[in-house]
Amino acid sequence: MKINHNLAVSESGFLFNPGSGESFTVNPIGAEIIAMLRSGKSRAEIIDSITQLYQVDRNSFEKDLQDFNGILKTYNLLEKDE
Amino acid sequence: MEKKHYERPHIVRLDAGMPSKAGIRSEQLPTTHIDGIAVTELIEKYGSPLFVLSEKTIRSVYQKAYKAFSTRYPKVQFAWSYKTNYLSAVCNIFHQEGSWAEVVSGFEYEKAIGNGVDPKKIIFNGPAKTWDELVLATENSSLIHIDHLDELYMLIEVAETTSQKPRVAIRVNMDTGIYPMWDRFGFNYENGQAWDALNKIMHSGKLELMGLHTHIGTFIMSANAYAVAASKLAELARSLQQKFNHQLKYIDLGGGFASKNTLKGSYLPGSDTNPSFNEYAEAISSALINSHFTPGELPLLILETGRALIDEAGYILSTVIANKRMSTGRRATIIDAGVSLLFTSFWYQHQVSVAQGTSQYREDTSLYGPLCMNIDCIRESINLPLLNVNDHVVIHQTGAYNLTQWMQFIHLRPNVVLIDEKGEVHIVREKEKLSDVNGPELLPEHLAKIN
Ligand SMILES: Cc1ncc(COP(=O)(O)O)c(C=O)c1O
Repeated sequence: MKINHNLAVSESGFLFNPGSGESFTVNPIGAEIIAMLRSGKSRAEIIDSITQLYQVDRNSFEKDLQDFNGILKTYNLLEKDE
Repeated sequence: MEKKHYERPHIVRLDAGMPSKAGIRSEQLPTTHIDGIAVTELIEKYGSPLFVLSEKTIRSVYQKAYKAFSTRYPKVQFAWSYKTNYLSAVCNIFHQEGSWAEVVSGFEYEKAIGNGVDPKKIIFNGPAKTWDELVLATENSSLIHIDHLDELYMLIEVAETTSQKPRVAIRVNMDTGIYPMWDRFGFNYENGQAWDALNKIMHSGKLELMGLHTHIGTFIMSANAYAVAASKLAELARSLQQKFNHQLKYIDLGGGFASKNTLKGSYLPGSDTNPSFNEYAEAISSALINSHFTPGELPLLILETGRALIDEAGYILSTVIANKRMSTGRRATIIDAGVSLLFTSFWYQHQVSVAQGTSQYREDTSLYGPLCMNIDCIRESINLPLLNVNDHVVIHQTGAYNLTQWMQFIHLRPNVVLIDEKGEVHIVREKEKLSDVNGPELLPEHLAKIN
């Protein structure tokens, strides 16, 4: 799960992909995940840190993260090799 | 340290400009309570899915409709259209408010009698009445609305055997400028069939002609169509008066008013676009008052309004079973109420709201029911907050036709509760058990054992 490095992400959850010209909004937890991806955190690290911070169990979050990953892929926001 | 509230991660692409298929309104606020009772509490107590009916809404919508007509026309009578929702609790609310009964089968007729309706206040419509049913309705002095010539002749024969003279009207179909024109039921106005049938009735001397009936269609978005229908029936009444010196007691304009639901494919919500009771009442009353009737001769105006009186009072509460993504990346959510409970989802874009607070994030979602069938789709496209498994949703305006056309298919049917005006909750139809399905079945002896 490697995020496209050209993305511009604002504090308010607004995301711009200069490659395609498309804009997105992302909710706070989604923004946190994207920030972690940009800083090179691994999947396991993301799961650890989110489940420590939020009221969610590991299983549910893993499922949601996989789903999030899927939608980032559909929107072409991940690095090509993934 | 207290952990933070979790919402699943979500990202959505911004499409500038055009409203999407999901409509231009983002779907509204959560519905946490119905008539003051918490949705979660209802589901905990009575299960999910759950049909909920609001007595307060039924009565207030009825009173609004009645007032729209009674302030414009001197004699108005509603007759509750049983097929729209024939749960006895619902029928009896309408009867307590003063409604007669409008039935279209022997079964519905018996149900109305069982509810205690005065048989003289039952209107018997429909194309398929049997000899025995006609005899019963005649002896009871119910109002029989004749659909076709075969029925007319049968009723003339029935009249030879009964102690009472059948009290009748004919159903008339006509061009009111709306499409499609419903010409399948009754006698046509434009080609003279209706006038022909009226002549046969008058010449037979065997039937007491009480009125004229039409039902021009359902979910009619044009109030003017009713003005056309009322004028045409008034014309027939005038001809009867001139030729036979016969005064009709009533004109029955059937049902068909649009509820506040949104038809599939509309961009704007039905609550903004559909005519109000006042608009229908204005069109109908003006047409009758401006016709040839003198004030003393104005016939009773009967209305068999169905969906517009009950849609708003019905809710389905449901629970999220799963979230998934389609191969295209689309969000799909599965809930435990499907089209077997919500027949009207084939025509309406039912409003669906969540039952708990959410963030402002929404995603375009396909909402599916629990049936293992491709057609089981409640909304192809709806903007919903980020739902989690076990969250509750509320489907709105489900009161009409669903509790009669629902079917036991794959799942057993759930409880139906009525919230009364004091906020007390009553089960008005118990959820089904396996024995309700197996009960009427008979197993031939050689199939009783499988080994
Ligand atoms: C004869 C008759 N009257 C009344 C109704 C009720 O119609 P609606 O629910 O459109 O008001 C119907 C419905 O089909 C009907 O056939």
